[in-house]
Amino acid sequence: MTWVLANIEQIWDLTLDHIMLSVPPILLGFLLAVPIGWVAHRYRLSRGVLLTVCGLLYTIPSLALIVAMPTVLGTQILNPANLIVTLTIYAVALMVRTATDAFDAVSGDVTQSATAVGFGAWRRFWQVQLPLAGPVLLAGVRVVSTSTVSLVTLGALVGMSGLGYFFTNGYQRNFATEILVGIVGTILIAVVFDVLLVLAGRMLLPWARVDAAARRNARTARTKAVAA
Amino acid sequence: MIRFDAVSKRFPDGTLAVENFSLTIPSRTTTVLVGSSGSGKTTLLRMINRMVDPTSGSIRIDDDDISTLEPVKLRRSIGYVMQNSGLLPHRTVADNIATVPLLSGVKRAQARAEALTLMDTVGLDRSLADRYPSQLSGGQQQRVGVARGLAIDPNILLMDEPFGAVDPLVRSELQQELLRIQKDLAKTIVFVTHDIDEAFLLGDQVVLLRTGGQIAQVGTPAEILANPADDFVDTFIGADRGRRALRIEEVSGRQVVIDGTGRLAGILKDGAPT
Amino acid sequence: MNAFAEAFAWIGDPSHWSGPDGIPTRLAEHLAYTGLTVVIAILIAVTLGLYIGHTGRFRGASIGATSALRALPTLGLLTYLAIAFGFGIRLALIPTIIVLVVLAIPPLLAGAYSGIESVDPRTVDAARSMGMTEWQILWKVEIPLALPLIIGGVRSAVLQVVATATVAAYISLGGLGRYIIDALPVRDYTKVLVGALLVTLLALVLEGILISIQRLTVPAGVRAIRTSPPLRRVRATGQNASAASRAT
Repeated sequence: MTWVLANIEQIWDLTLDHIMLSVPPILLGFLLAVPIGWVAHRYRLSRGVLLTVCGLLYTIPSLALIVAMPTVLGTQILNPANLIVTLTIYAVALMVRTATDAFDAVSGDVTQSATAVGFGAWRRFWQVQLPLAGPVLLAGVRVVSTSTVSLVTLGALVGMSGLGYFFTNGYQRNFATEILVGIVGTILIAVVFDVLLVLAGRMLLPWARVDAAARRNARTARTKAVAA
Repeated sequence: MIRFDAVSKRFPDGTLAVENFSLTIPSRTTTVLVGSSGSGKTTLLRMINRMVDPTSGSIRIDDDDISTLEPVKLRRSIGYVMQNSGLLPHRTVADNIATVPLLSGVKRAQARAEALTLMDTVGLDRSLADRYPSQLSGGQQQRVGVARGLAIDPNILLMDEPFGAVDPLVRSELQQELLRIQKDLAKTIVFVTHDIDEAFLLGDQVVLLRTGGQIAQVGTPAEILANPADDFVDTFIGADRGRRALRIEEVSGRQVVIDGTGRLAGILKDGAPT
Repeated sequence: MNAFAEAFAWIGDPSHWSGPDGIPTRLAEHLAYTGLTVVIAILIAVTLGLYIGHTGRFRGASIGATSALRALPTLGLLTYLAIAFGFGIRLALIPTIIVLVVLAIPPLLAGAYSGIESVDPRTVDAARSMGMTEWQILWKVEIPLALPLIIGGVRSAVLQVVATATVAAYISLGGLGRYIIDALPVRDYTKVLVGALLVTLLALVLEGILISIQRLTVPAGVRAIRTSPPLRRVRATGQNASAASRAT
C-alpha cells in the first residue's frame, strides 16, 4: 500500500497509456469487423475465405506478431503503432466470426418483411439488420475489449508503456507488490470498459433486455416441459 | 395391469401437475390419456416408467409397487415412444432399434437380426437399416421409434404423442399401422394425445383429462360419445358444436353426410357402413 | 521484407540445427511444455466440464470464472508466480506450468460443457427413458455427440498454450520464445523474426492437425444433418465460446 501511494503518479500515467493503447484496437476492430462480417454473411463464396483468413490470423501467437510487426510495417520497434496494429488484427479476427454469426442470427423473416414493406438495401442494413444484430455484436465487443486490455501488457516485453511495465520491472527487481498492482490495474481497466460497454448497450439496444428476459422465461418453460 | 392410486405430483417450481389421480389400466388393451396441455397427461405417462416420481400416492404394475423397483431396470422392461422419435442421431436405424437389447447384453448379431425383423413389423424396408435417422422422413423416424419401443418385447408400451409431429396423411397411416400391430401383439399400451379423434380411433379405454390430471370421464369411445359426462366433455369431443351430430342430405342425386357445423363429412355409400 | 529473407537464411543455416539453442531442442522444449500442460489441463477441465454439462450444476459459476480468467494478464501472472513462489530463475518450470494450465482450462471447460449442452435434450430424455444409466447416457450419447466441440476446446487450449509458452521465455523458460526474448535486448531483429516465424509455423501446424481431428470426430449420422440451421447455430456459438477465451 505504501508503494502504491508513493508511486500513485506513475501508476496513473501508465494506466492512461494503457487505455490509450487499448481503445484504438477495440474501436478499429469493431468498425472493420462489422462490414467484413456482413460480407461474409451475405455472400456465401466470401464466407469460407474470410472466416479462414481470420482463423489463421488468430492462430498467430501474439508475441510473434508484435515483434514481427516492425519488419512488416517498416516501423521502429518502439513505435506504438506496432502494438495497435497487432491488437487490431486480433480484434478483427475475433470479431468477424461474431459479426457473421450476429447477422446470420437475424431472422430471415424479419429481413424479408422489411424488404417487402419497402426498405432499400442500405436502409435495411442500418435500420433493421444492424440493430437486430446488436446484442450478439455487443457480446463480441465485450470479449474483444477484455482480451485487448489484457494483451496490451505484452507490449512491455518490447519496451512499450502501459501497466505491463510493472510486470517486467517488478520481475527484474524481484518485487511482487509491483506486479500485483499491474495485474489489479489491468483487470480494473477491463472491468470498467466492460461496464461502459454494457451501459452503452442498454442505451442503444433497449429492447435487448426485454428479449433476454423473454428468452430466459422461454428456457424455464422449456425445462419445465421437458421435466413434465 | 397398471394401477394409479391417489397419485399427486407437485414439481419443484410449485406447479401441481397431477392431483389425487386414480385409474386402473387393464392389460393387453390400449388406454388413451387425452387432454389439452397442462392436463398432466405426459406427467402421468412418465410416472409409469419412473421418469417422474409422484409426490404422493402409489403406482402398481401387476401388484408390484414401482417405487420399490430400480428405475433403470424398470425402464428397460417398458417400451417408450416419444413425439420426436428421440432417436440417437449418431447411430444407424438398426443400432437405434437394438439399443436396449444391446444394453441388456444381447449379442450384436442376434440384436441386429431381431432389429431387422422389427423393421418388418412396423413396415420399414430393411434397406433402411444402415441409414442414419437424419436421412429418414418424419414418418419413417416414428416407425423406427415404435420398433425401438418394441425391441425388448415389453408387456407395456408407453406412447407420448408419437404421431403429433407428422403430417395428417402420414399420421393416419401410422395410426392404422399401430392398430394392426396391436391386433397381433396385444400389448398394454398407454397412449397420450391431445387429439380426440386419435383417442377415439386407437383407444379401447379413453381417459379424458381436465387441468391438473382430473379425470373428466373414463370409458370406451362409444360410451363417452353416447353419454358425455358434462359440458367440458361435450366441448372437448366437439358434440356441443354438433360436430358429432351427422345428418344425410341429397346432393346431385347422391347422399352426402353433413355434420352439425355444416361441414361436409363425407359421402354415404350404399348399404350399411363397412 | 529483406528481413524475412535473412530470417529464412538463419533458419536454413545447418549450425542452427544442433546444440542446446538449436531449433530441434527449442522446438522439442516448446512441444514438451505444451503437451504436459494440455494433458494436465484436460484431466482437470474436461472432467469438470462434462460434469457441469451433464448435471447443469455450477454452470453460472464456471461461465463467470471463464470470463474472469480471460481478463487476467498472462505476463503478470507468470512474473508474479515466479517471484511469489520464490522459485526465481532456477525453477521457472513450475510457475510456468501452473500459469499455462490455468490459461488452458477456460477453453477446455467451455468446449466440454457447451458440447454436452448442445446435445438435444430430447435425445438425452429418450436415452434415459429407454433405461440407460446416467453413466451410459454420458458415454454412449452425450460424449460422442459433443466430441467435435470438446476437441474444439482442446484446439483453443493448445493455441493458447503455444502462445503463452512463448511469453514464458521471459521468466527463463526454454522453447521457441527464447529466440525472441534473448534477441530483443541485443537488437538482433533477424533472430527475433526467426522466433516469431517458427512459433507461428508451429501454431499453424498444430491447428491444422487439430482441425482434421475435429472433422473426423463428427459422428456420421450428425454429418448428414450438419447443414440444418439449428445445428449450425449451436456449432458456431460453441466454437465462439471456446475461441473467445484466448488471451495471449
